Amino acid sequence: MSINLQALSAQLLVGLINGSFYALLSLGLAVIFGMLNIINFAHGALYMMGAFVAYFLLNLAGIGYWPALILAPFIVGIFGMILERTMLQWIASLDHLYGLLLTFGLALIIQGVFQNYFGSSGLPYAIPDALKGGINLGFMFLPVYRGWVVIFSLVVCIATWFLIERTRLGAYLRAATENPTLVRAFGINVPLMITLTYGLGVGLAALAGVLSAPINQVRPLMGADLIIVVFAVVVIGGMGSIMGSIITGFTLGIIEGLTKYFYPEASNTVVFVLMVLVLLVKPSGLTGRTA
Amino acid sequence: MMRDRISASLLVIAATLAAGSAAWAQDKTVKIGSLSDQSGLYSDVGGPGSTLAAQMAAEDSGLTAKGWKIDVISGDHQNKPDVGANIARQWFDVDKVDVIVDVPNSGVGLAVNNVVKEKNGVYINSGAGSSDLTNAQCSPNTVHWTYDTYDLAYGTGTALTKAGGDSWFFLTADYAFGAALERDTTNALKVAGGKVLGSVKHPLNTADFSSFLLQAQSSGAKVIGLANAGGDTSNAIKQAAEFGISKNQKMAALLLFITDVKAIGLELAQGLNFTETFYWDMNDGTRAFSKRFAARMKNNSPPTMVHAGVYAGLLHYFKALEAMGGNSHDGAKIVAKMKEMPTDDPLFGKGTIQPNGRKIHPSYLFEVKKPSESKAPWDYYKLVATIPADQAFTPLDKSTCPLLKK
Repeated sequence: MSINLQALSAQLLVGLINGSFYALLSLGLAVIFGMLNIINFAHGALYMMGAFVAYFLLNLAGIGYWPALILAPFIVGIFGMILERTMLQWIASLDHLYGLLLTFGLALIIQGVFQNYFGSSGLPYAIPDALKGGINLGFMFLPVYRGWVVIFSLVVCIATWFLIERTRLGAYLRAATENPTLVRAFGINVPLMITLTYGLGVGLAALAGVLSAPINQVRPLMGADLIIVVFAVVVIGGMGSIMGSIITGFTLGIIEGLTKYFYPEASNTVVFVLMVLVLLVKPSGLTGRTA
Repeated sequence: MMRDRISASLLVIAATLAAGSAAWAQDKTVKIGSLSDQSGLYSDVGGPGSTLAAQMAAEDSGLTAKGWKIDVISGDHQNKPDVGANIARQWFDVDKVDVIVDVPNSGVGLAVNNVVKEKNGVYINSGAGSSDLTNAQCSPNTVHWTYDTYDLAYGTGTALTKAGGDSWFFLTADYAFGAALERDTTNALKVAGGKVLGSVKHPLNTADFSSFLLQAQSSGAKVIGLANAGGDTSNAIKQAAEFGISKNQKMAALLLFITDVKAIGLELAQGLNFTETFYWDMNDGTRAFSKRFAARMKNNSPPTMVHAGVYAGLLHYFKALEAMGGNSHDGAKIVAKMKEMPTDDPLFGKGTIQPNGRKIHPSYLFEVKKPSESKAPWDYYKLVATIPADQAFTPLDKSTCPLLKK
């Protein structure tokens, strides 16, 4: 097979775009797992809710893309916090398996409800006017919106990393995971902090949902299709590692893009093959801490 | 003496057989299994709507008033051939189902085809596209009602090639249906004077088509043929517009359902040419049915052509049963009767079923309306050309069905 350099660089860029979604979603998962020790299988459903909330805001209230970028994660984040308060907090001290099963069940219920009302074929959501059109880069035509997705998610990823690893609030949070009793003794409201963190993780998922609404269709199963790949990304990157999940997200997007160029039939399995290899060589993930 | 005894026993046997056939002649129970993708990417095309169409066919047949008992059950094959074949097997063995309808997804459709043949049931397929169902894989128990890949390929492939789109690049769903559709379209466009520059196979249920679209773009082909269905088609069209591809290259959706047009939105879908055999707004008959159907659908959507095929196929099945005076539960015999009788229903008009199981009716080349032309919800199509029934499907002399060689 002859390699066309132009086509190859285009595929790399496209991979980077998909990587942005993987990074945003796996970041949310990593935050939730790292701080709450919950394997959040409802993440895909919450991502889907983000897209749907954006759709509702536009079609029921006439609120466009830009406000939705803030409002939708906020609304879904509150929904997530309610889930955490009413259900997840009671199983926090139990084995991971319980959290996994509970969130998996929640995901099925949320998806089922949306599917009952909206079917499976999806709803259209237009690209905002300011981001329409594209730039000719010579080797490819880059839609402005896709470029925006890459830059915006990079900014969000780095901001989240900064918040958790470099600020006082993040330090409290990490301390609370390490030893909740001691941190409470300093007068910090740990349960509230945990709830807010879950809200943040969920908000990140919803944000990814809003970002993807104009590219993919807004449909009930959009999260179910994506979440499995994202879990593979998290496993490869190392559960709970913030920077690890960001880097792995972008890298795997690129690797997947290359596969689509060289051997398209394997493009939806390549991530899992990598996951198997990583698990065999380094079970805690590329950047993971040992459990 | 000996001879008397023999004739006496023959008489007994004859009497028993007569009693037996009289028993089935009075058997007026029918069980319909609507097997579909109930929750995945084809569930709007078939799914619960097909079950509703089957129920409506049972009600409209008028058989219940004549003392028949008709049950409709449904199953979810999850787009997995093994799951579909297992459900079909269980339906015949345990639930005593007589006829299986719908079954979108050619992979599952072909698997179920074998089970129905083995169990001597009746199979009225409306949802699957592969033309193999009435060619290499044809069966005396199968009627392929609504459309197939030959029909789609001939309608859209020929029309676009003749309109100047003589070089093609395919984006093909990587399973039985995609392969069949690409093959049939390639044949059709070569006959019309076109050529194929390349193709790329993508996994079923792909969310992001940008890589594949870029490959299609760099091929320089005039037409990008989408040999896929449902959510895959709408994603590809939407993203082609985003990458500015649809400006220079024409997108050909080889299989497009009305639910896909809604998902894409008229803004992006306008001008697309595609082939279907049914549209709700064709005539009084289709409109009346669609109105009743939509009123009972959960989101008031009109029937897709797959739903229409389930309804019309079952109406014809009921006519055959009535003509036979009862349900013999002998699938091959009932299908033979269905092939013998001309078909006539409000949705597809008059037609016939060929000896290979292919239902023949006209096919239509549609174009998606501009947003300004659409006057009502679901007012999406305008008719460009009608392909007569005798041209729309594989000519009998070209069919590779082994049943024809008898």
